[in-house]
Amino acid sequence: MTSIEKSSFAGRYPSGGAAFPHRDLLGIAQLERHEILYLLDEAEQWVEFNRRPSKHNDTLAGLTIINAFFENSTRTLLSFEIAGKRLGADVVNMHAAQSSVKKGETLIDTAITLNAMRADGIVIRHGSSGAVALIASKVDCPVLNAGDGSHEHPTQALLDALALRHALRARGEAADDFTGMNVTICGDILHSRVARSGVLCLTALGANVRLCAPPALMPVGIERMGVTTFSNFDEALAGSDVIMMLRLQTERMEGQFIPSPREYHHLYGLTQKRLANAAPDALVMHPGTMNRGVEIDSEVADLIDRSIITRQVEMGVAIRMAALDVLTRRARGVPGWSGTVNTGHWA
Amino acid sequence: MEWYSEHGALGMKQPTPLTITGGRLVLGGGVTKGGVRLVDGRIAALGDISPLDGDEVLDAKGQLIAPGLVDFGVFAVDKPAFHFGGITRAALMPDQSPPLDVPSRVRFVAQSGKPDFWVHPLAAATKGLGGSELAEIGLMREAGARGVATGRQWIGDSGAMLRLLQYAAMLDLVVVCHAEDAGLTGPAAATAGEMATRLGLPSAPAEAEALAVARDIALAEMSGAKVHFRQVTTKTALELIRQAKARGLAVTGGVTPAHFMLSDLATADFRTFARLSPPLRPESDREAVREAIGDGTIDVISSGHDPRGPEDKRLPFADAQPGMAGAETLLAMVLTLVRDEVIDLSRAFDLIASAPARLLGVEAGILREGYEADIALIDPEKPWVIDSRKMEASAGNTPFDGQPTQGRVTALWKGGVRV
Repeated sequence: MTSIEKSSFAGRYPSGGAAFPHRDLLGIAQLERHEILYLLDEAEQWVEFNRRPSKHNDTLAGLTIINAFFENSTRTLLSFEIAGKRLGADVVNMHAAQSSVKKGETLIDTAITLNAMRADGIVIRHGSSGAVALIASKVDCPVLNAGDGSHEHPTQALLDALALRHALRARGEAADDFTGMNVTICGDILHSRVARSGVLCLTALGANVRLCAPPALMPVGIERMGVTTFSNFDEALAGSDVIMMLRLQTERMEGQFIPSPREYHHLYGLTQKRLANAAPDALVMHPGTMNRGVEIDSEVADLIDRSIITRQVEMGVAIRMAALDVLTRRARGVPGWSGTVNTGHWA
Repeated sequence: MEWYSEHGALGMKQPTPLTITGGRLVLGGGVTKGGVRLVDGRIAALGDISPLDGDEVLDAKGQLIAPGLVDFGVFAVDKPAFHFGGITRAALMPDQSPPLDVPSRVRFVAQSGKPDFWVHPLAAATKGLGGSELAEIGLMREAGARGVATGRQWIGDSGAMLRLLQYAAMLDLVVVCHAEDAGLTGPAAATAGEMATRLGLPSAPAEAEALAVARDIALAEMSGAKVHFRQVTTKTALELIRQAKARGLAVTGGVTPAHFMLSDLATADFRTFARLSPPLRPESDREAVREAIGDGTIDVISSGHDPRGPEDKRLPFADAQPGMAGAETLLAMVLTLVRDEVIDLSRAFDLIASAPARLLGVEAGILREGYEADIALIDPEKPWVIDSRKMEASAGNTPFDGQPTQGRVTALWKGGVRV
């Protein structure tokens, strides 16, 4: 049960550890296009595996993975926990929001403590941009960013790409990447790490990314990331092949950005009627914590042939399994994975 | 002229006359070969001089003989760092714990550096630096305050600001303003733009500075107050100050080296040593600051010295405290402007010594017979590498960490006594 047949991508990537020369997965910004594709291809085997009735593998047997979540999360934490357990790792969840951090321990001290427990991988979510990189600089094991402030959420971007790839394949479209496709991301772009990682990942894979938000929720200068911006949702939707809706992150807002959820729905809610402006077979995505009736109507979220929202959740486990597998290969002494690794630390 | 007798109980007297020969004197009009003779803590002679019998003699070997630097607006009295940087006097911001908002604290800090370093306190404009209730500025002036400062914050209430400026004008005290419109800045840790967007940092538009400057210039014009913007870091705000000066208003501008050396690119990788207030700006603003230094819109360059230990800096970027340890690098960074031909040497020392002394109303910052013998001997070419781990400051939070630079103080005298 330990050997899973790899999808046939040998030869597409540098051999061994050169295919992914990073110790950590901190963001999409650090990855080359072929490294993104490598993680997606690695995840394919786990997609199949996860559909089997018995889902146990010993790849990470004996390894300890700590999920340190300094910000509340249900779905991402669960997804990482399942991913680690299916690979046979000992998974420990640390709900830092209710721990020593509340007693005034600094983030660095928490990091040193986790490191002293000799974790083999640490998955971190934190409410402050850059916090995960800061912790990574103080520990000796691979660190996976499960979301840092409004900065990055790399596994979300990867799972979105994988879900999109699968949806396109299911329709019979060859979909190694997304060259020429129009992808619209609409919602609270300003506070969204999903949007930032998504932009980096989708543009690296060839998509034309459109961002749509009311002006106050559109970050200044984001056009420099190679996207087109819109404040009119209908204009953004015209010709869109994929529409990814984001929720309003009211918990990160200082001051009022939107008069009311009702008004937001009027201007930016994805309704059946609006969806008709997009490409005829446009796919609908949402990274989670959906506010039905605000940014997306139930009837759209539940469209069987158009909405791939549940597929995104499914792909999340596979992507996280791939990330945990790839990042722990050096420690596990996988042949070809002993070369130098880029920690990318500045201090 | 000093409020306190220089040769009082705390005074440290120069034992024997000292003549420094063979140097290059940095004077207001230019740099000339010559020397300086220090007697009883004061400059006795200057120029083409020879030592008298019994003088201690020092050959400057062609180094610069310059006035001790006057650092306008520091947050800590950190003598080892100031002495390393050739700084003999500093105007201390009221943002202390507790704030300098009562005469007794002002009197205490005014004494706190003597004899080898002089602190010129800036009185808190409002009680507890809260931005609303006027502090006892008149009494603090009697206690040694050399100016009034709003602190790290902007005073949002325009009515309170006008009354403050009117009051300070009556007392003939300069008002040192922090220019960021708080409504726009909010919890921002960066300037809105590509960099902040990529990093996902809370950011504020650079225009927050121009808005604050525009209001305070209008209030300065109404009140006749002398207003000094401690840090002007954006093109639009600099243009407002340029125009105000052209209209003859008593408005001056300052900046710290971070804003003419670095842009917001320095915040990539979330380096908290580059977390500053105001935040680093885009490259176009950095260029505008250099231009403003060149054309005289900027009057003062100060260190903004604010040493911060790991408890304030080893944090996620937005959670870290702003501020940098700047005293040791002030001179070297200003000398880069001389090498880049933005300014000449005389003007450099006007920016870091004479102009701040004029703003404070103290007889210092220039080489003049009869003045306190605050003298720095400087090798302007001496190469060194800025290393945050090896700094004299109480913390090494410098955004210039690892940078090779040139220009070091090789000897320093405060009141004729070598420190």
